[in-house]
Amino acid sequence: MKEYRTISKIAGPLVFVEKTEPIGYGELVNIVTFDGTIKRGQVLDTSDNLVVVQVFETTAGIGRDSGVRFTGETIKMPVGKEMLGRILSGGGKPIDGGPEIVPEKRLDITGAAINPYARASPNEFIQTGISTIDGTNTLVRGQKLPIFSAAGLPHNNIALQIARQSKVIGSTEPFAVVFAAMGITKEEANHFMKDFERTGALERAVVFLNLADDPAVERIITPRLALTTAEYLAFELGMHVLVILTDMTNYCEALRQIGAAREEVPGRRGYPGYMYTDLASIYERAGIIKGLKGSVTQIPILTMPGDDITHPIPDLTGYITEGQIVVSRELHRKGIYPPINVLPSLSRLMNLGIGKGHTREDHKKVSDQMYAGYAEGNDLRGLVAIVGKDALSERDRMLLEFADLFEQRFVKQGYDEDRTIVDTLDLGWDLLSTLPVEQLTRIDRDLISKYHPKFKAGATKE
Amino acid sequence: MEVKEKDSKIDKLGVLKRISGPVVTAVNFDAHMYDVVKVGNEALMGEVIKIQGEETIIQVYEDTSGIRPGEPVVNTGLSLAVELGPGLLTNIYDGIQRPLSVLVDKMGNFIERGVSAPGLPHDKKWEFKPLVKEGDKVIGGSIIGEVQETNIVHKVMVPPNQKGGTVKSIKSGSFTVDDVVCVLEDGTSLTMMQRWPVRVPRPVKEKLNPEIPLITGQRILDGLFPIAKGGTAAIPGPFGSGKTVTQQQLAKWSDAEIVVYIGCGERGNEMTEVLTEFPALVDPKTGKPLMERTVLIANTSNMPVAAREASVYTGITIAEYYRDMGYDVSLMADSTSRWAEAMREISSRLEEMPGEEGYPAYLAARLSEFYERAGLVITLAGGNGSVSVIGAVSPPGGDFSEPVTQNTLRIVKVFWALDAKLSQRRHFPAINWLNSDSLYLDTLHDWYDREVSPEWNTLRSWAMEVLQKEAELQEIVQLVGSDALPETEQITIEVARMIREIFLQQNAYDEVDTFCDMKKQYDIMKSIKLFADLSATAQAAGVTPSQIIGSKAKNELPQIKFIKDYKPELEKIAKEMDEEFNALRAAA
Ligand SMILES: Nc1ncnc2c1ncn2[C@@H]1O[C@H](COP(=O)(O)OP(=O)(O)OP(=O)(O)O)[C@@H](O)[C@H]1O
Ligand SMILES: Nc1ncnc2c1ncn2[C@@H]1O[C@H](COP(=O)(O)OP(=O)(O)O)[C@@H](O)[C@H]1O
Ligand SMILES: [Mg+2]
Ligand SMILES: [Mg+2]
Repeated sequence: MKEYRTISKIAGPLVFVEKTEPIGYGELVNIVTFDGTIKRGQVLDTSDNLVVVQVFETTAGIGRDSGVRFTGETIKMPVGKEMLGRILSGGGKPIDGGPEIVPEKRLDITGAAINPYARASPNEFIQTGISTIDGTNTLVRGQKLPIFSAAGLPHNNIALQIARQSKVIGSTEPFAVVFAAMGITKEEANHFMKDFERTGALERAVVFLNLADDPAVERIITPRLALTTAEYLAFELGMHVLVILTDMTNYCEALRQIGAAREEVPGRRGYPGYMYTDLASIYERAGIIKGLKGSVTQIPILTMPGDDITHPIPDLTGYITEGQIVVSRELHRKGIYPPINVLPSLSRLMNLGIGKGHTREDHKKVSDQMYAGYAEGNDLRGLVAIVGKDALSERDRMLLEFADLFEQRFVKQGYDEDRTIVDTLDLGWDLLSTLPVEQLTRIDRDLISKYHPKFKAGATKE
Repeated sequence: MEVKEKDSKIDKLGVLKRISGPVVTAVNFDAHMYDVVKVGNEALMGEVIKIQGEETIIQVYEDTSGIRPGEPVVNTGLSLAVELGPGLLTNIYDGIQRPLSVLVDKMGNFIERGVSAPGLPHDKKWEFKPLVKEGDKVIGGSIIGEVQETNIVHKVMVPPNQKGGTVKSIKSGSFTVDDVVCVLEDGTSLTMMQRWPVRVPRPVKEKLNPEIPLITGQRILDGLFPIAKGGTAAIPGPFGSGKTVTQQQLAKWSDAEIVVYIGCGERGNEMTEVLTEFPALVDPKTGKPLMERTVLIANTSNMPVAAREASVYTGITIAEYYRDMGYDVSLMADSTSRWAEAMREISSRLEEMPGEEGYPAYLAARLSEFYERAGLVITLAGGNGSVSVIGAVSPPGGDFSEPVTQNTLRIVKVFWALDAKLSQRRHFPAINWLNSDSLYLDTLHDWYDREVSPEWNTLRSWAMEVLQKEAELQEIVQLVGSDALPETEQITIEVARMIREIFLQQNAYDEVDTFCDMKKQYDIMKSIKLFADLSATAQAAGVTPSQIIGSKAKNELPQIKFIKDYKPELEKIAKEMDEEFNALRAAA
């Protein structure tokens, strides 16, 4: 392979190479530094006189004396069944002291788009054992449902609890977890690894670790390596794969850094104008394919800068993913775990995975009614602060009470508490029964007489 | 000859000089703007978007990885065009009209590149029934025959840019879209298919002012902010506020005859949902499967961005084609913001001078050209047809002051403002009744008068007033609490709550409530008004607000939404309300 020593400029993670033979767009590039270290990169722009290479590692050590080798192929990931149980770097190299991965296949990490016609509609209910998810923001197999959190909130524990407790009732099909860390601290990484070891999940997991002190640009490829692995496990080996990506905020920062180095016209708050498209090329790699056994379910985690949900990172994410679970500082301060605020949370695929034949016929309407009650009760808290409880009508006082009960009993649960969906829905009815029945306008009479604690068969009439 | 074959003497072969994502540069290449070209050794499809000195700049509709400088570029001499003819309905296409089902057959579950696939099935035979005979005069746009495409009759037309002439011969029988079915005296031969360049609006004889509403079965739309057939509407809203569900509801239940649904840069699973759901749904008006009147375009967020840019043009051209047959077509584009972002992405690769927030300076022009293709028209054939366009807008951070929302609002006539506050409390459709607007109210007034009830327009104004009043009262409540409101106002608050919870809220996922015809809308509103009237009389007779608000019979009203044959139940409730209020008055 030809090696060029024609680097003319280095700016941030970008290396400019002159006078090459025709080089393909998107090609994998190896840059050899003076001490023999090989750094990987990718062609971002190619023309007859200049090639721009984005390096995935630190450019420290790269100089005019470095050799540049164009490999003639796009970046590939070696994949194989033996990857389960392995820990790899953010660049895909084993870091657990084990042997190199023996590849059964080498797959392009960009991952082609799933043809929408080939997709099957996700509709299998995943019971996470967490009421605010199962009851009001249901996760289904093949969904991409991110956790919107912020610094200092227990999103990692929520993700771990989901990973640990998730099950599809009655299913015995093989499952796996792919975990990709981008720029998280060693301490956070240890927290995940310990829990995986404690629960034995590691055996069925593939872990990619790009830590806070690893090169930032490597974060651009880490989620793609993870998803390529996940797609292989799911669509070629027939497994149900849960992918956890954390922290997508660090990914986006890396993206911004490259944009800045390329002197692009920045979009909102300095993030590249193409960030929506770029994030979509990650998040859309979830789903189910008609006629194939496995599935890819994604739980990306991101921390909202300044707790601001309108910040471009959560905003663009929410526009792509199929809902979001929002972690709230206010609930956290009240000592409620998991501090999930259901109001801004959403599962767009919920309707496909609940109801008769999935969970229970009353699921949707119980959820809607709890939302309505909690939203109104929550609004009233602001009012009470101004006018005092006494100025409230009887109806409003009950709603206020309901909001408290909802947080204390429905939202709050233990880190190891695994509630069944029936527990969750019955708990919902218990809380709703504290409101006058005529206020339950979202629920039809049939369901009330069947499930309402005061009316269902066997209930003693007051 | 439908699409102009450009000068055949030009050099159709060029060489690639630079590749930068979806934008490539060719040299030694003669081309015209918007020519379709084949890029590189794999002949990827692209379109000329800029000519500058020696360089021709091309946007490529497929992934360009691995393409090198020095590879060839070939000019087809054609414009980006769609194939129009029987076989469009029930189909799902990508942004450049490649049938996604064919792509699955040719390249498997993932979208690879370098595969072309014609928009129409060319081997399928259709039963052609002529509607003109030898010696008849036809012009561009004339209907010469028909084909039973699905339950929809497909009119076969003379392409609109042809001059026509006298029919020399016309056949009847079973043909493919490539077979000649009609020959004119001047030798022109016509098939059941035509090609039309997507960026050029199809001509019409005349544009008319819309006067009939597009009935959608959604109470807040038909009842408060109607769109006319041939009109334009925008649905802006932050993520999760209900743009897609509203668009899907329109695609399902609106009384258009043809529906074109464009998933432009949005989610794959949403298109799959439409694909799995629609075939099982039945048009409430015709009793026929909804899929049979539908064309889907799916260029999801992770599919090539240049093809996303093209997808709205592909969609609207297909819509215009069915309009030309005399049909009422409605087109939904979800989301026009992703289209605008595709323009921005391409523009920034071209290193054009950016306008507001990086969007190209021609953003406003492109948006208005697009919406201008909507309308109620007299077709070239003399019939009438319409295209209604409903575009979703996805403002960053839900902030409506951004360029795409603002430029769209300047053009469209109906504005359904989605509100995150409403969606968070699961008030759906989360359309804010105070910020939304329809400029068709005046022109549609007579229709509602005639077709719904002479009382309807008054009832609508009354409801809007109550809601407006509630908003003012809420401001007071925020300061002093609801108990401090004067007595009449407490009843206004109650009536407003009823309008919101009973009339405005409509669950798309409830089997019955998903669609509500105009008659039922009227009946529901009338019974809320009945309660308001009874309350006013009772109050005048000395009944207290808490007795009125605590009255029982009205509590059954919300259930009406979930009942299909609601009439008997509604009459029962009205009677009970009446009796209850009589008793209250008597006791006062
Ligand atoms: N568009 C609306 N949708 C739903 N409820 C509304 C709306 N407008 C008013 N209301 C009712 O009035 C109450 C107050 O309205 P809203 O929260 O919109 O007021 P606001 O002035 O915008 O409040 P804030 O100042 O907190 O933003 C709501 O809780 C709701 O019950
Ligand atoms: N009319 C409706 N009835 C019931 N639920 C709705 C309705 N409109 C929206 N929703 C709910 O809101 C969610 C988000 O709506 P969607 O249309 O996907 O939002 P957007 O396209 O604005 O991001 C849906 O998944 C659904 O749960
Ligand atoms: Mg949407
Ligand atoms: Mg007509």
